Amino acid sequence: MIQHSPVLVVIIPLVTAFLIPLMGLLRKKYCIYLSVLSMLSIFVIAASIVTSLVSSGTIHYYLGGWEPPWGIEYVIDPLSSFMVILITFISLIIVVYSRRSVEKELPNNEVAFYTLFMLLITGLLGIVVTGDLFNLYVFLEIASLTAYALIAVGEKRDALVASFNYLIIGTIAACFILLGIGFLYMVTGSLNMADVSTRLPEAYGQYPKVVLAALAFFVVGLSIKVALFPLHLWLPNAYTHAPSTVSALLAALMTKVGAYVMIRIIFTVFGFSFITQITDIAPLMDILSIVGALAIIVGAVFAISQTDIKRMLAYSSVSQIGYIVLGIGLSNPIGLTGGILHILHHAFMKGCLFLAVGAIIYRTGIRDIFDFQGIGRKMPYTMLAFSIAALSMVGIPPLCGFFSKWFLVLGAIESKSWKVFFSLVILSSSLLNAGYFFRILERTWFGESPYSQRDEAPISMLLPTLTLAAGCILLGVLIFVSHPFIVSIVDTLF
Amino acid sequence: MLEDLILAKYNYWISAVLMLIGFYAMMSKKNFIKKIIGMNIFQTAIILFYISIADVKDGAAPILVDDVLVYVNPLPQVLMLTAIVVGVSTTAVALSLIMKIYQEYQTIEEDEVLEVR
Repeated sequence: MIQHSPVLVVIIPLVTAFLIPLMGLLRKKYCIYLSVLSMLSIFVIAASIVTSLVSSGTIHYYLGGWEPPWGIEYVIDPLSSFMVILITFISLIIVVYSRRSVEKELPNNEVAFYTLFMLLITGLLGIVVTGDLFNLYVFLEIASLTAYALIAVGEKRDALVASFNYLIIGTIAACFILLGIGFLYMVTGSLNMADVSTRLPEAYGQYPKVVLAALAFFVVGLSIKVALFPLHLWLPNAYTHAPSTVSALLAALMTKVGAYVMIRIIFTVFGFSFITQITDIAPLMDILSIVGALAIIVGAVFAISQTDIKRMLAYSSVSQIGYIVLGIGLSNPIGLTGGILHILHHAFMKGCLFLAVGAIIYRTGIRDIFDFQGIGRKMPYTMLAFSIAALSMVGIPPLCGFFSKWFLVLGAIESKSWKVFFSLVILSSSLLNAGYFFRILERTWFGESPYSQRDEAPISMLLPTLTLAAGCILLGVLIFVSHPFIVSIVDTLF
Repeated sequence: MLEDLILAKYNYWISAVLMLIGFYAMMSKKNFIKKIIGMNIFQTAIILFYISIADVKDGAAPILVDDVLVYVNPLPQVLMLTAIVVGVSTTAVALSLIMKIYQEYQTIEEDEVLEVR
């Protein structure tokens, strides 16, 4: 059982996705319990993977017993295990939260919703465990296709157009990634990531242009998938019009998985030494850091000018993706530590913010920031969670957002080149973050309140939100526990 | 020179041209159906590209029989079977979205949809 755990984390949600329609024939409301059960079991498996990884090192699993490079290999190294545990935990929280929200927003469509939801989880988990490039493409498409469908079921008709635009742009991205894989296969004759990585230096000697073209296709395709500025145009509409649960899941996990693939392609497949070697011809890291810094500033400025709360959070996501990409672009271990920590912290913070907003929309239907006046009196616990996550986004110590920014600033200073300038970008962006969050916090907690009595969100929505808020505090206070783990991940990449 | 660059690799050139046609249609056509046609052309061009890398001169179909020594590479062909499935499902999702858009907006022209929003 335990030696099959890498494949089980993919198979369990996949099988559940097919069991849910059968369950739906029996009793519609059992679907949610089946989903929770399945998420819980993969969370336990993920935890067991992490413990066995700590004791015995990287896990290799050969599908069907075919050895690489012929068969498909699943590899769980520290970075994958980190992503597996993050994905399973956050999606467990979100699936618990989803029950009431889905009942209200998608009445009588629970069966289809949970089927797609489990397929999305399958895709996300598949991306992070696989060690095979083509397999990665297939899982990426599974995750993307289900995401298009889940966005399209949003309540307003704008959701359809948002979903369609995402589909067009997402397919272009996927095609670029497929072309990148094709170019790599052309010169290395392999699809296994580790195998490609060992054959790449020789292939580069023979066909430098093909390898560079592959790298370019990968980076552009993945930049679309993570919604890196200026390729972010699909994201705001998609997050704004999707159902609350789906927005939370996409914001917390989908773009993070894209960032994971970016790290995986740059550091594992091409390798850091290779990227530094070609830096004169293709200054990839410099480009990524500049674009990341631009994304931080532009995303935050756009967020300030929004009045719809979900759209504001979506633009804030564009800005936060900038931090992660900047962490990659700083190209030193401390900067990358900051980037990977931000994957973890941002998943908690943005997940919590979207869940809190979902709860507010569930109870009151309010989406406009100016209507948030005094809502802290009506839903104090939801707004408490929102405030903790918002303060953490701004970067108030000891909340977790502070620490990822801290390591990014340290990384920028460590680079000892013109990249030192990025420390100023990060610091000033904190002010911009404060700009768009404090106007909400001020409205909700201070001043006149039209509400006289408390009307809190249902407990099944409140508890997950509060759990993520507690996570924001704990990840900050217990940074000395998570930091060595992240450092050990970064060590495997450089 | 000309023969080496263009004639000997005509399949790659065709796939590159098809890719650009598809890409252009996806980006600049206003009609949703035309965008989807562009997407299909793009995906087909990639399939042509993969099949071209698999080809071996005078290679036989990859079925193990006696007295054949040279086979074409079966792996990219298998990969493209998967890519065809992905392409079909993307098209299916896209077409069902267009159907819903038509029901809601009574049009499938992008600029008209943007006007009434």
